[in-house]
This record gives sequence, C-alpha cells and structure tokens, in this order.
Amino acid sequence: MNAPPIVRIEQVTKRFGSFAAVDAVSLAIPRNAFFALLGPSGCGKTTLLRMLAGFEQPSEGRILIDGEEMAAVPPNRRPVNMVFQSYAVFPHMTVAENIGYGLKVTGVPRPEIERRVAEAVAMVRLQGFEERRPDQLSGGQKQRVALARALVKKPKLLLLDEPLSALDRKLREEMQLELVRLQHEVGITFVIVTHDQDEALSMATHIAVMNRGRILQISDPRSLYERPRTRFVADFIGQVNVFDARLLDRGETGVRVMVEGLGEIEVPEREPPAEVVALAVRPEKMEVRTEGPQAGPLQLAGRIGQIAYFGDHSRIFVECDGLRLICIRHNRSRIEETPLAEGMACYVSFRPEDAVLLSS
Amino acid sequence: MFWTFLLPGGLWLLLFFLVPLAMVWVLAFGERAGPVEIVITWTLDNYRQALEPIYLGLFWKSFWIAALATAVCLIVSFPVALAVSFAPRRSKPLLLMLVILPFWTNLLIRTYSMIAVLRTKGYLNYGLEYLWVAAKTILAPLGLDDLLGERFVPLSLLYNNTAVVFGIVYVYLPFMVLPLYATLEKLDRSLIEASLDLGASQIRSFLSVTVPLAWPGIVSGIILVFIPALGTFLISDLLGGPDSQLIGNVIERQFKAANNIPLGAALSFLLLYLTFLVLALRAWLAGRRARHG
Amino acid sequence: MAERRGAPGPLEYTRRLWLRAWLAATFLFLYAPIVILVIFSFNDSRRNIVWRGFTTKYYAKAIANASLIEAFTNSLIVAFISTVVSTILGTLLAMALWRFRFPGKAAVEGANALPIVIPEICMGVSLLVFFSRIGLMGGISWPVSLTPVVIGHIAFSFPFVAVVVRARLEGFDRSLEEASKDLGASEWQTLRHVLIPFMKPGIVAGALLAMTLSLDDFVITFFTSGPETITFPIKIYSMVRFGATPEVNAASTVLIAITLLLTVIAMRLQTPVREEETR
Repeated sequence: MNAPPIVRIEQVTKRFGSFAAVDAVSLAIPRNAFFALLGPSGCGKTTLLRMLAGFEQPSEGRILIDGEEMAAVPPNRRPVNMVFQSYAVFPHMTVAENIGYGLKVTGVPRPEIERRVAEAVAMVRLQGFEERRPDQLSGGQKQRVALARALVKKPKLLLLDEPLSALDRKLREEMQLELVRLQHEVGITFVIVTHDQDEALSMATHIAVMNRGRILQISDPRSLYERPRTRFVADFIGQVNVFDARLLDRGETGVRVMVEGLGEIEVPEREPPAEVVALAVRPEKMEVRTEGPQAGPLQLAGRIGQIAYFGDHSRIFVECDGLRLICIRHNRSRIEETPLAEGMACYVSFRPEDAVLLSS
Repeated sequence: MFWTFLLPGGLWLLLFFLVPLAMVWVLAFGERAGPVEIVITWTLDNYRQALEPIYLGLFWKSFWIAALATAVCLIVSFPVALAVSFAPRRSKPLLLMLVILPFWTNLLIRTYSMIAVLRTKGYLNYGLEYLWVAAKTILAPLGLDDLLGERFVPLSLLYNNTAVVFGIVYVYLPFMVLPLYATLEKLDRSLIEASLDLGASQIRSFLSVTVPLAWPGIVSGIILVFIPALGTFLISDLLGGPDSQLIGNVIERQFKAANNIPLGAALSFLLLYLTFLVLALRAWLAGRRARHG
Repeated sequence: MAERRGAPGPLEYTRRLWLRAWLAATFLFLYAPIVILVIFSFNDSRRNIVWRGFTTKYYAKAIANASLIEAFTNSLIVAFISTVVSTILGTLLAMALWRFRFPGKAAVEGANALPIVIPEICMGVSLLVFFSRIGLMGGISWPVSLTPVVIGHIAFSFPFVAVVVRARLEGFDRSLEEASKDLGASEWQTLRHVLIPFMKPGIVAGALLAMTLSLDDFVITFFTSGPETITFPIKIYSMVRFGATPEVNAASTVLIAITLLLTVIAMRLQTPVREEETR
C-alpha cells in the first residue's frame, strides 16, 4: 500500500494551563485503516481525537488530513465526522431527521437527502425505525443512528469516541463485528478511541498505545501483543509475567540476558532493543506440570496459589520463590487432563523464543 | 453574536433599573426647594432624620412583623412541602398546582379577600362562633357552659398587626412552599431510611436528617418571604390599623402625599441596605456551612 | 397497579392522617378567602357583609363601568407587551450568561438578580423618580401614558425569565451542539435547529411567569401609573378604599377567571409538546 497516509499528526502538543494533555505526538494514519488510540483514562487519547475533529486546537504542531492543513478549518467544514460517546442523538428529531440533519444543513436537495437517508438506514439495519424518536430507542439503536448520521455524509475519516463503553457485553461483542463489517463496506478510515484492549485488539488494524500524552508504541494487534516494547505496553495489553533482566551479550542470532530467578538465558531475537530491562512471557506461553523437573533450563519450581476458572480457560497463579506467576491453561477437552488444585507443588516452564525483551 | 445576546437585557437593566436606583440614591442627599424642585446639596440631614427613633422604631416593627410572618410561613409550609414531595408520583403535579394556583391572582385581590375573612363579621369569626355554640351545647348538660361566657366575643382580627401578619402569610405562603419542595424533592430518600434503620425515631430522623439536608431550601424560602414582607405597604394599608404603619407605608407617603422625596429616598435606601445585610448574612452562613459541612 | 392498602410505610408521609389534615387545612386557608370573594360577587347587598340573595347585577354594573373596562384593557395590553418583550430579553440574557465568559460577568449576574431580590417598593419609587424626571409621568395621553408601566413591568419580569431559561440551559448536553457542528451546521443553524428547540420548555415557562407577574403586580404598577393612567389594580384599589361592594368582587372574579384561563391554556400548550416527544 503505497498511498500516502490520510492523516498526518506532526509534533502536536495540547496544553491546558501548564498541563500537557498531548505531548509532542507524531503519527500517520494509513488509508482505510481501522486505527485505535488505546490507553488508560487521562492519557490524552480523547483530546487527540477532538483535535482531529476540530473541537480543540493544538497548542503546537500541525494536523493534516489528506494533505490539507487543518488549523484554520472549523469542525463544520472538515471532511471528518464523529460518533460521540453519548451518541448525541438530537432528542427532538426523528431517526430520519437525525440522519438527514448533516445533509440538510449543508444544502443538499430534498430528494437526494431522502435517498441517502434510506441507504444509510439500510446500512445500519434500522429499517422501520425512521419515524421513531430517540427516547423510544435502545442504547444500541441510538448508536446506530449516530453512525448512520455520520456515515451518510461520506466523510474521509470517521471518529468514534469510546463507542462500545455504554453497551452490555453481548451487544458489545455484536457491535465489534458490526463496526468492522461497516468499515469494509463503506471503505473509509475509522479512528476509534478506547480504553478497552480487547476492543482494540479485535477490531483494529493498527493500534497506538498512549500514556500521559505520549505515544508508546504503534503496531498491528498481533505485534503489539506478541512484541510489546516497554513494560507499560506489555502490562496494559493482556496479562504478562515480567522478570527483571539485564543484557549480557549480543550475538548474531540472539541475545544473552541475565534473568532474575532464572539465571542466564539465550533469547533468539534478530532485532533486540538497544537497552534491556526486563523479560516478559505471556501466561498462555507458560506450561504448568505436576510431574518432576523436566530437562531444560527454563523451569521454575513452585506451588499453585489460586485457580480462577473462566470456562474456556483457567488462570493459574503460581507462587515461585517470592514471584507470583500467571499461567493460562486452555480447556481443550471436557475431561480434565491433569487436574490441578490449590496448594499442589508444580513446575512452570516456557520456551526462550516465547520470551520478549523489554526496554523502559 | 455575543453582543446581540447581552446588549438588550443588559441595557434595559442599566437604563431602567440601575439608573433609577442611582437617581434615588442621589436624591437622598437633596433638599426640597419648592413644591417640585429638589436641590442636591449632598446633605446628610435626610439620613439623620431617617435614623431618628420614630423611624428606627418603624424599621424595628417592620422587621419583627416580617420575621413573625416568615416564621409562621415556615412552620405552615414545611409539612405541606413534605406532603407534596413525598406524595405518589401521579398526585404530585396536581398538588403542586393546587399550592401555586392562589399565587396566580393579583396581590390586591388576595389581600382584599382576607378582609371578608378576618373582620368582626367575617368567616373566621363565624367559624369560631359556630365552634363556640357547639362547645356550649356540649358543655351545657355538664353545667360547665359558664366557662365560655354569656356571649360570643368575636376576635378582633382586622385592622391591627395580627391582620397584617395573617395577610403576609396568606400572600407569600407559596414562596415558602416552592423552595422547600424543590429541596425536599432532591433529597436522597435512602438517607432517611438509613436513619430509621439505625434506630432513630421518625421525629429524630426528621430533625437530624431531613431538616439539615433541607436547609438550603429553608434559607431560600426565608429570603423569598422575609424581604418582600419587610417592604410591604399594601397589606398593612388594607388590613392594618392606625398603629400598623410599616416602613413601606411611610416611604410610600413621602413619595406621594407628603411629597418629601429626599426623606423617602433616604428611607428607601436604608431599607435596601437592610435587605443587603440579610442577603450578606445568608451568604456568610452558607460559606460557614460549606467550610464546616 | 392496585393501591397498597394497610398502614403507611415509614416514608409514605403523605398517607399519614395528621399530614393530610394539615394539607387540607392549608388548602382551606389558601382557597377559602378567594372562594368567598367569588361567591360574594353574586351577593344582592350593597354593603356585602351578609348574604342576601343571588344576583348578577353587579357584573352588569362592572361591565357598564367604563373606567373599569378601560383599566382592565390597559392592564391586559401592558401584560401582553411586557410578556413578549420580557421573554425575548430574558432569553437573550440567559443565553449570554450561559454561553460566554467575559469580564464583568459576575456584575451582570448580580444586576440580574437584584430586581428579583430587592423590596418592590424600592424599585417602584425609583421608577417613579426616573419617569418624573424624564417627563413621562403626568400630562401625557394614552397610550404613551402606559409606557412607564410597561417599562417597569418588563424591568422586573425579564430577570425572572432569564433565571428560568438559564436553569433549562444548564441541563443542555454540549455534545449535541458539537454533533451539530460536526455534521456541518454553522453556529446559527445549530442555534436554530438544536439549541432553541431544547430551550422551548424553558422559554414557555418563562413567558408564563412573565405574564403572571405582570397581571398580578400591584406595587410597580402603583408607582408607575400617572394620574391619567388607569390600570386595573389601581382602579380596584380606589374602589376598595371607598368601601367594599360586590362590584369590586365581580371585577376581581373576572380577573381571576382570566388568569385561570391563561394558566389552563399555557398548560395545554405544554402538554402537546410532551405527547409528541413520546409518540
């Protein structure tokens, strides 16, 4: 894909008083991406989104959408539309009037409005609801109205502010699939802000992890999960076991590190980071066995602390020499292979290629 | 955009409210120099006169009558506000409207209607007389009817200070009910339930939980009744007796019949300063409460 | 849903007997004088102390009383103009205070609160002084003679309207405004299509309040009515001072009826909006 990115954010900072909500952020959003801004509350992701929409002006830096500088462009003239966290569906208008609003105020002729509204209603599957009023709609339906209302304008960029946070679990899962489907159907770039890593991982093509106004890492979901770069990112996405580590030697195929509690380990890594402070292993990569010590260096002896059962998998907490490790075991069959119970002695092992090196 | 919004109202307030008030303020420093002429000599004589015992006594009387009427209003209104805010959902709008409806009548008419009620041959006395006769009939066989006297003596309820208090309560009652209702409505019911659950009696819960939490509404209601009551002149004019002259009546007279506008101006401003004092007191109390609350 | 019988629950204050009695007594206290006044407007007796028989002749007298009718009409005219202007001024000011931050905002808010809070007599006398000074009191013919009354009514009504509309505006979800702009609407279009429909209940309530304040006012009217201006409360006042007759009661009853009618109309105006929103 050699098309230029649709959004370029260059060294953008936003200050409120002396507090920098967004701190020298630069990123490029590729065309047709489903781009997620992920981070804990207060990290600046919503502020960044609002700057894209035009509701906040950067204190420093510039924002370009499709090559055009946006500093002088007010929100009502940007080729960008937003789905608000509260949906912001106009309470005194019907569904059809809501969806047609953006077309009406920009002077689109009546017959065309009717045609496009009908298309949009069909796209979000709200046929039959055109004359309803918002107070007769459920949360999920209101959201679809907000989506249709934004998409009917055929913007270059659709922004979504925590779109799924107000929905219950089942609806949330449905909407996740629905949003991805919509994005493919409509073929425009989506930018979504969320604090929920599951949402980001399952929906996005690109994820930017933010904390305290800065971008920590931008990757696709798989890379983000399997190759986090810092402790924060590793910990924020999913669960992880982290061991303090220090670099000993670099080689061609790998790196030698000294890991606390494990000793020296050779980690196969072709592009290791410049500085190493820790070693991380995801829980599902750790194996728990009750039978005696196996061959191989990467083993820790310990005792099973707690087992949390989640239906499709179990989370096993193992105490090893003062370290608390989290391991995940998937329930592959209805019959338990080797039943584990709290208090049992066990051995935890993992493969060196499953470990990730982290910098600070 | 901004100026379109601000200017009309702002100018009106300036021109037709602040400027007139300023004119009165200036006139308080003037002297009469003829039947219609007033010369501004920046004299303090008017204020000196306004602070003489005779007028101070009037301020004091107005203050007390207003305070008494406000207190009665509060006591009568609280149960009413309580009843309306704890009523079942569908009855609430109706009850509220019933309380407000009398407010929807001209002040003069409301005051005037009290006359028929309070006078010697008015309804209150008719009612009392009825009760007296009934009591007499019941007590006669017991031989105790002498206790009630030979004839029914009607209460002298009109053309005196009692009538003025009655009148003020009557006219301003809705002003006390509404803020109380608004505050009670927002009260978190579970707080009262918690108090009862922890063993307090209904009365104790009322005094320890409901009243303190309703305090902002109580204060609003007091202000909304006390200040107008302080400056009333119609109620004391129609319902009061010769010794029921209040500060409002005196001010009115200076501007109309007595034509002593500078004195009237001084008195008006003294009344205004008194009002500000009351408001400042309320703000100060609210500030204290916020710090200790 | 069937009403739960049985003893009232701990928080069901309104079901308790003593509270109900208190409520009933209060309503009796509030309504009896007015009801008596209305009843006695039909009393066939000049001195109107004892009931002597039913008649409507005092209504006829009232209608035939030219100055009374004139006073009535004047008060209605004043109320109408005052309501329209007050609603506009109050709404505009409420929007200015809600929307913008500017130096001196606290002063404007304070100035807006003053007419609501100060004793009416202070405002009345100051208006009297003002209008005398600019020569609008006395020696002017109708309808210009009504000007001080109208101006005075507007001056004390519109701050109330501003308070009511401002309260409504405080509940406005700003994201609706942003959504409108995001969809391409200009500032003016957003105002027209989103903000004003939201404010409507507040504006209507404010207008109602302004009309009531004007019709029910005595003090400001008293001080701004010159010798040639005849307004309803002043006319009734002079009639009362001459002695209560059923004619006064009749005139008062008519005003009460009008106010009631307006209130009912206003309530009707509000409900259709609600029904629409829930259809």
